[in-house]
Amino acid sequence: MDDLRELYQTVILDHNKAPRNFGELEDPDRQADGHNPLCGDRLTLHLQLDENDRVVDVKFSGQGCAISTASTSLMTEYALGKTKDEILATKALFHELVTGNPNEEGSTDGLGKLAVFGGVREFPARVKCATLAWHTMEAALNNDEQPATTE
Amino acid sequence: MSADRPFDVRSVRRDFPIFEQTMRGKPLVFLDSAASAQKPAAVAERMADFYKHEYASIHRGVYQLSEAATFEFEKARGKIARFINAANPHEIIITRNATESINLVAWSWGRKHLGTDDEILITGMEHHANIVPWQMLCQETGAELRVVPLLEDGSLEPGAFEAMLNERTRLAALCHVSNALGTVNPMREMIAAAHAQGIPVLVDGAQAAPHMAVDVQDLDADFYAISAHKVFGPSGVGVLYGKLALLEAMPPYQGGGSMIHTVSFEKTTYAEVPARFEAGTPDIAGVIGFGEALDYLEQIGMSAIEAWEKELLDYATDRLAEVPQVRLIGTAANKASVLSFIIEGAHPHDIGSILDQEGIAIRAGHHCAQPVMERFGIPATARASLAFYNTKEDIDVLVRGIHRVLEFFG
Ligand SMILES: Cc1ncc(COP(=O)(O)O)c(C=O)c1O
Repeated sequence: MDDLRELYQTVILDHNKAPRNFGELEDPDRQADGHNPLCGDRLTLHLQLDENDRVVDVKFSGQGCAISTASTSLMTEYALGKTKDEILATKALFHELVTGNPNEEGSTDGLGKLAVFGGVREFPARVKCATLAWHTMEAALNNDEQPATTE
Repeated sequence: MSADRPFDVRSVRRDFPIFEQTMRGKPLVFLDSAASAQKPAAVAERMADFYKHEYASIHRGVYQLSEAATFEFEKARGKIARFINAANPHEIIITRNATESINLVAWSWGRKHLGTDDEILITGMEHHANIVPWQMLCQETGAELRVVPLLEDGSLEPGAFEAMLNERTRLAALCHVSNALGTVNPMREMIAAAHAQGIPVLVDGAQAAPHMAVDVQDLDADFYAISAHKVFGPSGVGVLYGKLALLEAMPPYQGGGSMIHTVSFEKTTYAEVPARFEAGTPDIAGVIGFGEALDYLEQIGMSAIEAWEKELLDYATDRLAEVPQVRLIGTAANKASVLSFIIEGAHPHDIGSILDQEGIAIRAGHHCAQPVMERFGIPATARASLAFYNTKEDIDVLVRGIHRVLEFFG
């Protein structure tokens, strides 16, 4: 596969075209904004949590590139039904996958479908596009007041 | 030194060592000169020579090396004056970049002349560098920032500028050429309209100076701001042109060495223009390197450059029009060197990454002109920008690259 096919895998293109969980929740327990000042991508995440900090509903809205949109879409799909601790642990694995040494293959253990972002590490300019969703998720789970940013 | 030598892009490209390189195994197609231009070898060589054999502090030394360095520095100031046809080299103030040039006017001239109820007039196509300093000034003084609206093609609404000038307007701050849209504003006429009401005009010339002969006297500009790095010179050097009478009536911008006449703890008297506005040690080699870049441009001739770039822009506009998915943002009748575009279904950032794989350097984003993006209801554009070293083959490669984008996002 050439590098571009590696970056823009079919799953990513599909989630970009038809993002899952796109929209807003009527009365979210948690809400966070994410902003990538470099490319102007903006994202709003809405969460519904149960008493154990488990995500029982999630929606996102905003505007971004294919990597950012697909990353958010796949993250929401993943997060549904997971607890805060599980999500934050996966965030760390995901971060390692996309920011690791571009000359080495990253580990996709425990990432399931999120492994499609393995090509991102070869495009340092695109790492922030992939991680914005997760920064925003962390802000929402921690109930941060400040918008998440990639800077 | 003939400006009539026929323009030959092949031979011009040989003056720019960067084009000998490949990017990702492909020839470099550099279409981001509006962000910062490539440098002819002569500029780097002149600066290296200066550092190796001629370097010394300027304006202070009593020894020969320093006198010679001062002479070279001041000679470069003279070249800058000639490049924009300033009447007097004392009207050329050396700054770090166009941004600092504009801030200098906002701080020094602005704080002296602005008050509550006053207005500053800008256009809807300004770079943040020609918005934020005025906003800060307005916040401080209570003055109001007013904005001339744009038409759908990215030109100014006809008559709007003239209609918005009024007895409260203290300054118009206008870009000569828009970096996000390529629009060339009718600067001479706009300045005349402002002057008819006694209003001075600052021109942000950052995107004009690389592409056309600028004549500040013919324009009758009161201030004119330039960045050397966009004019094939080094980064770290900018220019503020100001009419001598205006500059002489302005208080200093920064305090320090070089800008004083005498200093005691009780009282300091300030130096004459331009030294008054040049506190501290400047980028000596950078200014001399910029002088070398201007010599180079003079040899080629700005009119030859303008003619070639027009041919290129027309060719590129036609070629992009062949791709129905591409929509140009900025289609004013009078344009220079910028092709901002969007592709339905493909975010500019993705366009940039795919083109990069083909060795093509473009910019993707808001181009430090977020209000322009807002005006057109888009978050960002992809921007290909031209300089005289670009070729029609560069455009062909760009169009092929866009077809590659469509393979993913068509
Ligand atoms: C129209 C315009 N004005 C001002 C600037 C600021 O230039 P600099 O960053 O060199 O100060 C730019 C640079 O992009 C520009 O395009």
